[in-house]
Amino acid sequence: MDLDLSSAEPFRAEVRDWLRAHVPAVPLPSLETAEGFAAHRAWERELYDARLSVVSWPARYGGRDASPLEWLVFEEEYHAAGAPGRVGQNGVNLLAPTLFAHGTPEQRERILPPMASGAVVWAQAWSEPEAGSDLASLRATATRVDGGWRLNGQKTWSSRAAFADRGFGPFRSDPRAGRHRGLTYLMFSLDAEGLTRRPIGRLDGKPAFAELFFDDVFVPDADVIGAPGEGWRVAMATTGDERGLTLRSPGRFTAAADRLVALWRERADPADTALRDRVADAWIRARAYRLKGFETISRADGAGAGAGSSLNKVFWSELDLALHETALDLLGPDGELAGEWLEGYVFSLAGPIYAGTNEIQRDVIAERVLGLPRADR
Amino acid sequence: MKFILDAEQRLFGETLHRLLDGAGTPGVIRSRAAGEPEPVRSLWRALAGAGVFAPAVPEAAGGAGPLPVELVTAFHELGRHAVPGPLAETAAAAELLTRLGGFSGSGGAGRAGDESGTAGAAGAGGLAAEWLPRIAEGTAAVSLVLPPAVPYALDADLADAVWLVDGDRLCETVPGAARSSLDPGRRLFPVRVGTVLARGPAVRAAARAAGDVGALACAAQLVGLGRRLLEATVAYAAARHQFGRPIGSFQAVKHRLADVLVALEYARPLVHGAALAYGSPDLPRDVSAAKAAASEAAYAAARTALQVHGAIAYTDEYDLGLWIRRARALRTAWGSPADHRARVMSCLAES
Repeated sequence: MDLDLSSAEPFRAEVRDWLRAHVPAVPLPSLETAEGFAAHRAWERELYDARLSVVSWPARYGGRDASPLEWLVFEEEYHAAGAPGRVGQNGVNLLAPTLFAHGTPEQRERILPPMASGAVVWAQAWSEPEAGSDLASLRATATRVDGGWRLNGQKTWSSRAAFADRGFGPFRSDPRAGRHRGLTYLMFSLDAEGLTRRPIGRLDGKPAFAELFFDDVFVPDADVIGAPGEGWRVAMATTGDERGLTLRSPGRFTAAADRLVALWRERADPADTALRDRVADAWIRARAYRLKGFETISRADGAGAGAGSSLNKVFWSELDLALHETALDLLGPDGELAGEWLEGYVFSLAGPIYAGTNEIQRDVIAERVLGLPRADR
Repeated sequence: MKFILDAEQRLFGETLHRLLDGAGTPGVIRSRAAGEPEPVRSLWRALAGAGVFAPAVPEAAGGAGPLPVELVTAFHELGRHAVPGPLAETAAAAELLTRLGGFSGSGGAGRAGDESGTAGAAGAGGLAAEWLPRIAEGTAAVSLVLPPAVPYALDADLADAVWLVDGDRLCETVPGAARSSLDPGRRLFPVRVGTVLARGPAVRAAARAAGDVGALACAAQLVGLGRRLLEATVAYAAARHQFGRPIGSFQAVKHRLADVLVALEYARPLVHGAALAYGSPDLPRDVSAAKAAASEAAYAAARTALQVHGAIAYTDEYDLGLWIRRARALRTAWGSPADHRARVMSCLAES
């Protein structure tokens, strides 16, 4: 497919003008704090009112049916403008694709518009203390009761759950079925009776995630996604979105790379060619990710999802680290001081771990893309 | 813009792949190393017949160019099959002549055949008119020396012309004694300045453009080389058993191979993107980005290929070693990764 970049230019101009007029002059407080969370939620509302919070969604749910190219352009402008982090991203990037693929029309009508406006912020609840990379060993249960399900057990490393409104994830509904069977995908309120959340501080102390304890938490049938027992299939169908382009758009990295180049011009010793090479390399890799994004959306068959998204995940997570590590090294003794680069660095440290560790991704690449023999780990 | 190859471009690449699959390039390299140039020459003619050089030569001079995407498609296949000879050098020479001959619409010395040398590069029009059609049809291989990135004449013994750009002069050369390369498919010749063919600022500008095309072609070869190294190593790892299981089932092996695929998969769009930038002011920056990334990816593929194969790939007789050595040679040919990173940064500083 021929990608006509100029066709997206009017949209680019609109987005750029809007952002220039609306992006807060002073950065919002960190979204991993109560105050920052509220400020970021209000920002989502502002975006939503301009129909810019979920541009690629259908208009009926609050989007504007933007093409994949327009979405890439939106992301480029958004990150280049230094606009706030997206507090709703777990819902928008991880739950919404699942609802589009497996949800009922009623669920989409009820859940998507408040997600788009930031009125309801979602947290992902997949990992458990004994189910990290080995997700299929999860133990938290969903037990059939009249009109719905009762949840028991524990989830952990649940991003945004310290301040979010609702959560989603797979629970074991048939303990006698095999590891990948007998799971059911459910949505629940984080304020439900019987649910206790304990915020967990990440490396910089901010409560970016939480542990969730379920003690007979009731979930109505209306909040089951897909058929009971089909939870593994429902969850896996959209892991490509989590690892692929949609979660981490190229614009995020090209903007960071441009800022790194600017920092290098401001701060670097021109004789330090080792640092210069690292800046160049990070910029080159961000450009590679952008071109790869254009390539992916040019393919009519949408290739790049599935096992191919594991390549993406390894690439962007390592690129994000390289960008921020290089910036901190450039800052020298100021590198440890709180600031935007440090916040980005702490966030980037989690990249090779969440959404399936990079070790799991490399296994997937080796076995499903290169065709190497499977083996017990 | 087309960020993926269209059906015709894919077919072009597949056709070359089939031609080269049957050409026995390891044998061609070994004959060449043993002092027999004829197999290389005959392969060269076959490749020209299949349209390898036409994309580098303008239509008005008997080619089909400029078709930079077709050029990198062809050079990807040349790298994939480790074809020997002054390939990127000839493509670069075609660009040099195109500029000097005024075929590019900018920076030239006048129209084809215009010997007046409006930009001071006297004689250039005639030179272009004489050599470009021969490059397109495969009757001329040109070795081009462009210091400092390209200080030796590659395969001067196989070339029909050996030229040097020295400042603002394009010269014929007198090659000295060959120096042997790690890669048995390559011979490098120091040169001395001979007859001056053209002179003036146009030569300097044309040489810069030629340097970009040479580096772009070389980057495409590197991605092709890396791809072949990875394919061969994956096949070996699946077949070779130790401890009662295929070595490709070990995570330590899998993860190295996965990393090579990641590096190649993200170098390839940089090469394609640089081809798309042909004719734009971003070309130098984008070529350098592509060459740095392709060099790293192919070299990582070569190191991994050697390590996963073990001792067998360390032997002179094992054919994959020809690819391993080529990856080392091309990594620093047409500018090292460090040179190209430095150029990316200087381009960014100007923008």
